[in-house]
Amino acid sequence: MSDITTAETHLDPGLTEGKGRSLWADARRRFFRNKAAVASLAVLALVMLFAVFGQLLTPWSNEEIDWNLLGMIPQEGGPSLENRHFFGVDETGRDLYARVVQGTRISLAVGIVGALISVIVGTTYGAVAGYVGGKTDNAMMRFVDLMMSIPYMFVLILLLVIFSRSIVMLFVGIGMISWLDMARIARGQTLSIKNTEYVEAAQAIGVSTPTIIRRHIVPNLIGVVIVYATLLVPQMIIFESFISFLGLGVQEPSTSWGALINQGAANLRNGTPWMLGFPLAFFVVSLFALFFLGDGLRDALDPKDR
Amino acid sequence: MLTYIARRLLVAIPTLLALIVVSFLLMEFAPGSPFATERGVPAEVLANLEREYGLDRSLIERMGIYVWNVVTQFDFGPSFVFTDRSVNELIAQGFPVTLTYGVWSFIVAVLVGVTLGAFAAIKHNSALDYAAVGITVGAQVLPNFVMAPILVLIFTLWLGWLPGGGWQGGQIEYVILPVIALSTSYMASIARITRSSMLETLNAGYVRTARAKGLPMRRVIFRHALKPAMLPVVSYLGPAFVGMITGSVVIDVFFSTGGIGQFFVNSALARDYSVILGITILFGALTIFFNLLVDVAYAWIDPKIRY
Repeated sequence: MSDITTAETHLDPGLTEGKGRSLWADARRRFFRNKAAVASLAVLALVMLFAVFGQLLTPWSNEEIDWNLLGMIPQEGGPSLENRHFFGVDETGRDLYARVVQGTRISLAVGIVGALISVIVGTTYGAVAGYVGGKTDNAMMRFVDLMMSIPYMFVLILLLVIFSRSIVMLFVGIGMISWLDMARIARGQTLSIKNTEYVEAAQAIGVSTPTIIRRHIVPNLIGVVIVYATLLVPQMIIFESFISFLGLGVQEPSTSWGALINQGAANLRNGTPWMLGFPLAFFVVSLFALFFLGDGLRDALDPKDR
Repeated sequence: MLTYIARRLLVAIPTLLALIVVSFLLMEFAPGSPFATERGVPAEVLANLEREYGLDRSLIERMGIYVWNVVTQFDFGPSFVFTDRSVNELIAQGFPVTLTYGVWSFIVAVLVGVTLGAFAAIKHNSALDYAAVGITVGAQVLPNFVMAPILVLIFTLWLGWLPGGGWQGGQIEYVILPVIALSTSYMASIARITRSSMLETLNAGYVRTARAKGLPMRRVIFRHALKPAMLPVVSYLGPAFVGMITGSVVIDVFFSTGGIGQFFVNSALARDYSVILGITILFGALTIFFNLLVDVAYAWIDPKIRY
């Protein structure tokens, strides 16, 4: 961590007097000045709370069918406080609020897992390729290019069809694609870090290559990695929602935003707009917040990009 | 230039072959046989079926035959579920539909996106600029599967202006909604990329020189700024194409256009492996070919690239 501090403080001569501010303190200050990013953070915190504790507020589970409403869902099934269906019911009489809670959990989990895999695999891959360089770098990045030039969604659907449609398979498939962009970004950063004095110094005193990558390269990648990981979360959510929208993703009774939007869209003509409206609102608002959060983090952590 | 194209082709062809082989092998790992129904088939019948479809040969042999047929005759074999239809017939039936609105979406996304982005950059910090930024930010969270139901809700159910599905041989009113739904998010990305790269170009030294020597603004933009500003846009066209090809599946399913995506999803649900395989390979080939075109276009525009 001290590497970062020393490397950054001389960028801003005003900071050398008095108590020095670390890169992170500086970033935090910049981040909290950005109103849109802070508001997004608050919105996302609410969505998280909703996913974790939302189920406690309703007596209905996501699988239970409200027999009282069957047959008159377009008339009686809308959002109502009286029968405790806060978001109404879906076309089979299940409580939509509980289903949205369930879908939010899955969608957020997919986004976070995808981002985590990309951070771990992509950063390592990119750092190794960039630092080792030469033929290894060439071969490793060619492989990334190759993976990126195939229409991945179709291969993933092929995988889902062959190995049965399960949430685990979905995670595996998303994990396999999410790291590609990250590997490219990490490699690019590594190439510039590689030629800095402190890496040269480490090489000069005979530090081994794995240690240099672990101790000097990766910590200095963290800022950029965090930014792109945040921007990757909404992409992964869109990706999963796309598959679930086609009915090829999560399977009943589990659901996700994409599956719920699909359900709502399929019932558009039956006069039940809440089935589309609530999942859509959650999807759009959360993605908005994630994009703004990513932008805010980029401004805060990646100062040269401004 | 020709050697550059040849070199890119040398990379593209193995990529395509790898895609075919990998997809074929994946299909081999699939549990069960397409003929394994609940009632079961007598062993002799099963053997006959397997001989008919060539399933009794060795893996290598079958793969060789499959790859050979695909490469030389563009023949993807018979469907495993519909006895009377081959994969080629399904593709021939669905592909023109997908191609029609796909091409339109691409044109709309590029034309509208570039125009919007360029104007936003030229009128930097004006109301037009803010409106353009607002649209691009908003469209980011409106992927095709979100746009499609919203559009149908507004234009079909509320306003009753346009049909919410069907194709009818590609009459214009049936094409509009699919095109808007498919192109919106890519249009927004293109506009965003154009705007930022145009802003950068307009601040470059040679543009200032051109303006200082008294060229009219229109000429400065068209002669000096537009071409270099297009570089990031051109490199985005590859991913945009992949995204649109993928998105066409949602459009086909949601609007029941009878396009290729509908066959794809139905086959995925019915485990019709040969159809999924054929469509995956078709779209893979298209993607690889298009990426090749983009690379060549990029090399042609950018004088810095040596080939």
